[in-house]
Amino acid sequence: MKADVTIDCIGLYCPMPIVNTAKKVKEMGAGQVLEIIADDEGIKQDMPNWARMTGNEFLGIEEDNGKYHVFVKKKPQ
Amino acid sequence: MADKEKMTLILFSGEMDKALSAFNIAIGGASAGMEVTIFFTFWGLNVIKKNEGSSKSKGVMRNMLNLMNRGGAKRLPLSKFHMAGVGKAMMLGLMKDINFPQVDELLSMAKELGVKFIACTNTMGMMGISKEAFIPEVDSFAGVATYIADARESKINLFI
Repeated sequence: MKADVTIDCIGLYCPMPIVNTAKKVKEMGAGQVLEIIADDEGIKQDMPNWARMTGNEFLGIEEDNGKYHVFVKKKPQ
Repeated sequence: MADKEKMTLILFSGEMDKALSAFNIAIGGASAGMEVTIFFTFWGLNVIKKNEGSSKSKGVMRNMLNLMNRGGAKRLPLSKFHMAGVGKAMMLGLMKDINFPQVDELLSMAKELGVKFIACTNTMGMMGISKEAFIPEVDSFAGVATYIADARESKINLFI
């Protein structure tokens, strides 16, 4: 999957990946895709839930050697 | 703009681990777009006290209490295995190991995300803690009616 912006949350635990995601999405334009790279397994459930609560679109997760690449699309204005 | 959903937390406890949990939840809520308020009461007031010195107040009893119960985000004990500070030092080591923020860092982060801090005036009066004892991040000083007004509109309401 292709992203417009990527943030690195490797080594960070709850709630930091969510906080960093919320901050970054705020700066992004509508419809842009954010990739979050993290290694805390909690993100597998946390990110779809965060997206549902905030109205952003959860696009999916790609797992690769204990790293999770999570894709979120910012909602239209 | 539509009204934001609300979350209200009461932080009654003054221990480091419980404060970590409270700020973690507050930050999670704020990151999900909620309007979060933390009411600090009883020992929870210690979390928002300054790290320096102890507060002066009226009477021997209150001064003694404030001397023993100094507070400050960096000076909170652990609720379990504190062991005169040895356990806390070990816990801080474990936290550092995984880059987990400390209470004062989570407190600043919550503030940055717009979490509101309210100190309970009732317990402040009883324990003889003056407004000057608190960090400037405290937004206001209020009582139970303010809490009820907020809590009855809140989707999430926790007592920690």
